[in-house]
Amino acid sequence: MPLAAEIAVARVAGKLSRLAGAGGGTTVPGKLLWKLDPGAIDRLAARLPEGSAVISATNGKTTTAAMAAGILRNRLRLAHNSSGANLVSGVASTLLDATDAEFGLFEVDEGALPEIVTRVRPKAVCLGNLFRDQLDRYGELEHVAARWREAVRGLPTETALVVNGDDPQLGALARVRSGALVFGVDDPALARPSLQHAADSKYCVQCGTPYEYAAAYMGHLGEYECPACGDRRPPLDVAAREIELDGLESVSFTLATAAGGRRVRLRLPGLYNVYNALAAASLGLSVGASLEEIVSGLESFSAAFGRFERIAVADRSLLLLLIKNPAGANEAVRTIVDGGTPSVVVIGLNDAIADGRDVSWIWDVDFEPLLAGLDRLVATGDRAAELALRFKYDGLDPDRIDVIPSLEAGLDRGLELTPAGGELVVMPTYTAMLALRKVVGERGFVRPYWERAA
Amino acid sequence: MKIVVGHLYPDYLNIYADRGNIAVLSRRAAWRGHDLEVRAVSVGDPLRPDEHDLLYVGGGQDREQALVAPDLAAKAEDVRRAVADGAAVLAVCGGYQLLGRSYRDFHGTELPGIGLLPLDTVAGERRMIGDVLLECELEPGVRRTLAGFENHVGRTRLDPAADPLGRVVAGFGNDGESGFEGCRVGRVVGTYLHGPLLPRNPWFADWLLGQALAHRLGEPPELTPLPDELETEAHEVSARRAESRGGRR
Repeated sequence: MPLAAEIAVARVAGKLSRLAGAGGGTTVPGKLLWKLDPGAIDRLAARLPEGSAVISATNGKTTTAAMAAGILRNRLRLAHNSSGANLVSGVASTLLDATDAEFGLFEVDEGALPEIVTRVRPKAVCLGNLFRDQLDRYGELEHVAARWREAVRGLPTETALVVNGDDPQLGALARVRSGALVFGVDDPALARPSLQHAADSKYCVQCGTPYEYAAAYMGHLGEYECPACGDRRPPLDVAAREIELDGLESVSFTLATAAGGRRVRLRLPGLYNVYNALAAASLGLSVGASLEEIVSGLESFSAAFGRFERIAVADRSLLLLLIKNPAGANEAVRTIVDGGTPSVVVIGLNDAIADGRDVSWIWDVDFEPLLAGLDRLVATGDRAAELALRFKYDGLDPDRIDVIPSLEAGLDRGLELTPAGGELVVMPTYTAMLALRKVVGERGFVRPYWERAA
Repeated sequence: MKIVVGHLYPDYLNIYADRGNIAVLSRRAAWRGHDLEVRAVSVGDPLRPDEHDLLYVGGGQDREQALVAPDLAAKAEDVRRAVADGAAVLAVCGGYQLLGRSYRDFHGTELPGIGLLPLDTVAGERRMIGDVLLECELEPGVRRTLAGFENHVGRTRLDPAADPLGRVVAGFGNDGESGFEGCRVGRVVGTYLHGPLLPRNPWFADWLLGQALAHRLGEPPELTPLPDELETEAHEVSARRAESRGGRR
């Protein structure tokens, strides 16, 4: 079948899927196209006149890509998989939809990265972090890292590599590939007193000795040095300095680059969003964006799909923070607590494939900071009881826990406990987040995600 | 009564939420008026054979497992003496493999085990990943179930005379073929089940506490029953998961 015919068939399939009510149809056309002809994706990507960029990370790739879109949108028409469909099929669907795009901006799944960079042949590859995540899906961290190393070795010399130097696994990539752009945080005032429980890559990637951290910022991200072989964080080309956290509202920092420094105020909270902004800024620089475009793109950004999203529900509001692995959930907890410990929290734990069927990760999350002011926990989702146990064995009185497996009923219980004008903090896993957004959407409070502007 | 738990390599072997198991042991001991103290024993630390009532070894990724294996081999004699003296042991996943005689990884590299359990492990082609349900009979005539999650590439073969921890109702188990899971020799238990194992299987947590107390008292004492409604619900959900989607032999 010629490419044009394949595209037509795949597009019709997406429309049918949407009409049939099977979600946004965001991956159906791509899956079909991939089945018809895997090479069609390569040819579609090659048609983008300005090329493309690929972003991957365990945590923050959706937000980073959305920030990068904010930076690049004024100069380029983008093909961007903004709803987070980040496997080969999702990238293919985005390429199908974006008929007049000039530049592809793709967040990609960690496991799909090697195949996607081979097919799409991006101008730039931005790698944000590697944390332990859904071991039943991705396998061990070391194996993902090894596949990434191989993918990076196979990149054409003209492809720009952008890496987070604070992550030892990624800092090592900057050494194997000269000319890599390295970003990281440089603000010892924000360092944690010790590595978190769920820190992963804490042993030297070269020799296995535990790293010494001059500053540990988030999980195993920080300024590290091996006392035995001297392996250390590479010099930073792009850094965040003088970071100021402002509760749940914002975070400000000085973005230091070779082209100069600028003060940036994000309308999103938390140190993890500083990392996302650094990744987006560095990627922007590597594809020719100016510092002005970068700062204005970052400052105008508000929220990516389900990641720190505020939704008004009648006279109350919901604050949705997606959780999916220990490192990300720890940052969500830290951010919430920085904004004042809430008295009611809804946590939705599902165990579908996209959430990770293995729910053991919740025991590696440091939920303790939430306990201080918590009056009521609503445990919801398919594994609500397991979540309730996590808090019971942390010392929360079981009488303060509502176990409500139905997400809709769990949400309603949370809203009932929230005073008028108040905000309800909801931390769902991925499919729980989709289900909750559907519930509030059906009540008319949020538009379906496939209608959002890219 | 005081209960001392030696947690081996908590900084290396902690991949499957092992601290959940420790939290359950601590709380369930405290709720019965016992004072459970957890002492970390890591690389280079001495293991005093008479110090602990229960030793716990968690799971790690291949890299971490390889980093601790030589240190555990150096402690083998002290672990054996602790067990001979009546200490109980729970080892999960990577820790379970290291208690056997040997582990041969995918590349053919042999890691030494300490031979506390009569078994050998060899890495296979495909990982065995999924929900698991076991039926156990730790005391003759008393059958109970354990629900958990497994994720291992190692195929563990027990010696013919060795006792498994349980019979696989749903899931892969030791090797995906034998129909058995884990291994038990007296108060020493090794298993692939995480999840973590103890929160959703409170009867087994109490069995372990009883064995740890037996190290002090000679016999496991009667433990006051606790309100375990949440635990029971979590167990049932996990068991249903195994029955509907656990790995198949």
